[in-house]
Amino acid sequence: MIAVLLAFAVLPGVTAILEQPFLLDLALRIMILSCAAVSLNLILGYGGMISFGHAAYIGIGAYALGIPAYYGAYSGYLQLPLAIGAGALFALVTGFICLRTKGVYFIMITLAFAQMAYFAFVSIEEYGGDDGLVIDRRSTFTGIVDMEANLEFYYVTFAFLLGALFLVSRIVNARFGMVVQGAKSNEARMQSLGFDTFRYRLSCYVIAGAMAAAAGWLMGNYNYFFSPEMMSWTRSGELIFMVVLGGAGSLFGPVLGAVVLIILEEQLSGATVYWPLVLGAILVAVVIFARGGIDGAIAKLERRK
Amino acid sequence: MSAALLDVRGLNKSFGGIRATDNVDLTVRHGETHALIGPNGAGKTTLIAQLAGMVRPDSGHIRFAGRDITNLAPHARARLGMARSFQITSIFADMSVLDNTLLAVQAHAGHSYRFWRPVRGEARLTRPAMAALEQIGLAGKAAHGAGELSHGEHRQLEIAMALAGKSKLLLLDEPMAGMGAEESARMIDILKRLKAYKSMLLIEHDMDVVFALADRITVMVNGKTIASGAPEDIRADENVRRAYLGEETSGNA
Amino acid sequence: MEWILFVSQVLNGLQLGILLFLLAAGLTLVFGIMNFINLAHGSLYMMGAYFCVTLTSLLGSFPLAVLLSIPLTFVLGIAIERLVVRHLYQRDHLDQVLATFGLILFFNGAVHLLWGAEGNPIRLPDYLNGRVTLLAGIEIPAFRLAIIATGLMVAGGLIWLVGKTRMGMLIRAGASNRRMAGALGVDIKKLFTLVFALGAAMAGLAGMMIAPITEAYIGMGDDILIVALVVIIIGGIGSIRGAFVAALLVGMIDVMGRAYLDSFMKLFMNIQSAETASPALSAMAIYILMAGILYFRPRGLFPPKHR
Repeated sequence: MIAVLLAFAVLPGVTAILEQPFLLDLALRIMILSCAAVSLNLILGYGGMISFGHAAYIGIGAYALGIPAYYGAYSGYLQLPLAIGAGALFALVTGFICLRTKGVYFIMITLAFAQMAYFAFVSIEEYGGDDGLVIDRRSTFTGIVDMEANLEFYYVTFAFLLGALFLVSRIVNARFGMVVQGAKSNEARMQSLGFDTFRYRLSCYVIAGAMAAAAGWLMGNYNYFFSPEMMSWTRSGELIFMVVLGGAGSLFGPVLGAVVLIILEEQLSGATVYWPLVLGAILVAVVIFARGGIDGAIAKLERRK
Repeated sequence: MSAALLDVRGLNKSFGGIRATDNVDLTVRHGETHALIGPNGAGKTTLIAQLAGMVRPDSGHIRFAGRDITNLAPHARARLGMARSFQITSIFADMSVLDNTLLAVQAHAGHSYRFWRPVRGEARLTRPAMAALEQIGLAGKAAHGAGELSHGEHRQLEIAMALAGKSKLLLLDEPMAGMGAEESARMIDILKRLKAYKSMLLIEHDMDVVFALADRITVMVNGKTIASGAPEDIRADENVRRAYLGEETSGNA
Repeated sequence: MEWILFVSQVLNGLQLGILLFLLAAGLTLVFGIMNFINLAHGSLYMMGAYFCVTLTSLLGSFPLAVLLSIPLTFVLGIAIERLVVRHLYQRDHLDQVLATFGLILFFNGAVHLLWGAEGNPIRLPDYLNGRVTLLAGIEIPAFRLAIIATGLMVAGGLIWLVGKTRMGMLIRAGASNRRMAGALGVDIKKLFTLVFALGAAMAGLAGMMIAPITEAYIGMGDDILIVALVVIIIGGIGSIRGAFVAALLVGMIDVMGRAYLDSFMKLFMNIQSAETASPALSAMAIYILMAGILYFRPRGLFPPKHR
């Protein structure tokens, strides 16, 4: 797992030597989506809250970048906090309603709310509606870093990924994380011990939403573009797959899952225009036959040694 | 006479047409071990569920440590000092034994909006947790996954968790359910030691245990309390004999 | 004139409601009886439409094509149940969500492969293309009337099936206590397959009926699936009655909201704000409705009793 991170760290050097700038692009996409997947893992893997609307936060983060940019406000000092704040707010409001429900209801309601956000943005013609809008400049952080420079942007993204992983690893082992995991394991018991599980879960949900919005901010910057498509439910489904594929509830699992899924998608869409057919079949097979994800499979292999 | 720690008045609960709790009165005094007995289906577990807050009574009042808790959420009652063990083991199976008790301690050690310090490094939490495990006899298995324990050990863990929080009242629902003779004997020892410094409301079927431990006994049949008082009085009570032992036996306690 | 427009919108809402019910009924039955969440239900809606496209051009008759496409979709439902769904009954909901999500991708790709990327229209026979005059001089498109009539018939048939027939009794028994029904000799496996296929057929029928209006296109089931999910959440998962009431409610609110919200908003804000905000708000209307209902009833309007 550390190997993967090391690989990301040295990649720019490697790609320069190999003259494959495409790899850099791929790595960027993987890292950004990993950030979002890591945040989803916090609530899904560790918290047992199966949110099928997590991509909404990516979209919100991107719009928090794009809308100010549309009006000429390119400062990262404005856009990033705005993204995080908007993500946190949406999570707070929707989470307040969603977390009163359990199980399948929760899954469907998070899906519905994300769809609501999707349609809301689609119908705002001013910001491109269905097609979205192009941004001409990335966030500016005058004096600190030049986001337009690809190399610097790469390392900013890498820093975010490291930050996300570090944050989650601390949270999970601290008191807060224990409560969230306990609530996943046996919520009734947690309540009878004295924990207000609703409040802690909601807080966790808000943190994850804010993190994913930050990922969305990165995504918008990367693409110079934002659109409602970024928050479609198929994207949310992909995120869940990354988490589950990599092994839900393990720290690096989502990163592994992102690597596998994105590379798989790249290969397939390059091979055939009917790639959803193949990918879909693979996903179905993986769910039916391979439980525990990649991390689980690796663990099994290690146990056999 | 010590003041009432727990005071239940006129509690009623019906499910559909069935009166699970029928005008129940019950008091548990400070420092006493109060046993709740009755045939299966008498409504004992439902009563505990209402005391703990998992089920809302239709009418009636519950006072705990001087406060009216009738409408309080389960977690709030736990914070006031009411600890509960479950009849059907309810632990955190995918966490370690130590973590299980850690959580119980953590619940009473301030808030949990701490994101930085690893919980297993907090002596303030791990020390009481280990102490509870030692009392129960599970200290050796602290690192084991809770799901790997035997049934008897599960029941012990249940008690350990009830102990680990700073609780004023323990609600123990059949702590020895499903235990073999040796494990039961160990559990009785633990309960005897607890008796000295904890107030307990204990649901139990084993009459020997009940008469050995209880300061007072309340008998429930069909949702009603038919008798309440000192063990000798209960033993001699006609209503109890008839309800519990049926018409067939005549005389023998 | 305003009045006629209003009635027209009401019928629009009714039409959407009926279609949603056809979709939601299968979804809620499958969940209620097999505890299985099927996101690929929208794909069955799509497949029904595509089967109908092909059969209409082969046979030259839309009604005939519908008649044949229904059993075809039913069989497809059986196939899916036996190949994929059956393996997932014991798994947790997350796995079911992921697997059926994979199925959505699969079917979208398959349709692309077999029918191409363009939308596929269906030609209606002339008698369905015209307008019909109802009382008070109100005219509605004949096809809309046909959709509403068909939908109501199927709804009635379903309620009769589940409520009054032996088959329906078996279904209800399986729903309320799976193990007991199995112990009593009901072939649970066959029952599950049947229920799934029935849901598939209804979804397919809904797809077939909308296709002449919207064309059959890739991914047509994906968005409406979510609306169907909203319907069963509002109605109460597992309840057919709930699905019916919720479907009509959602259909009405969606249509009326889009039609009248901006006029309503112009009553107390300036025209520009109303025109910017109202498309967004009317798109959000049904979700706001769902949120509101869930706040007071976290299990929907008609949650079925515990197993």
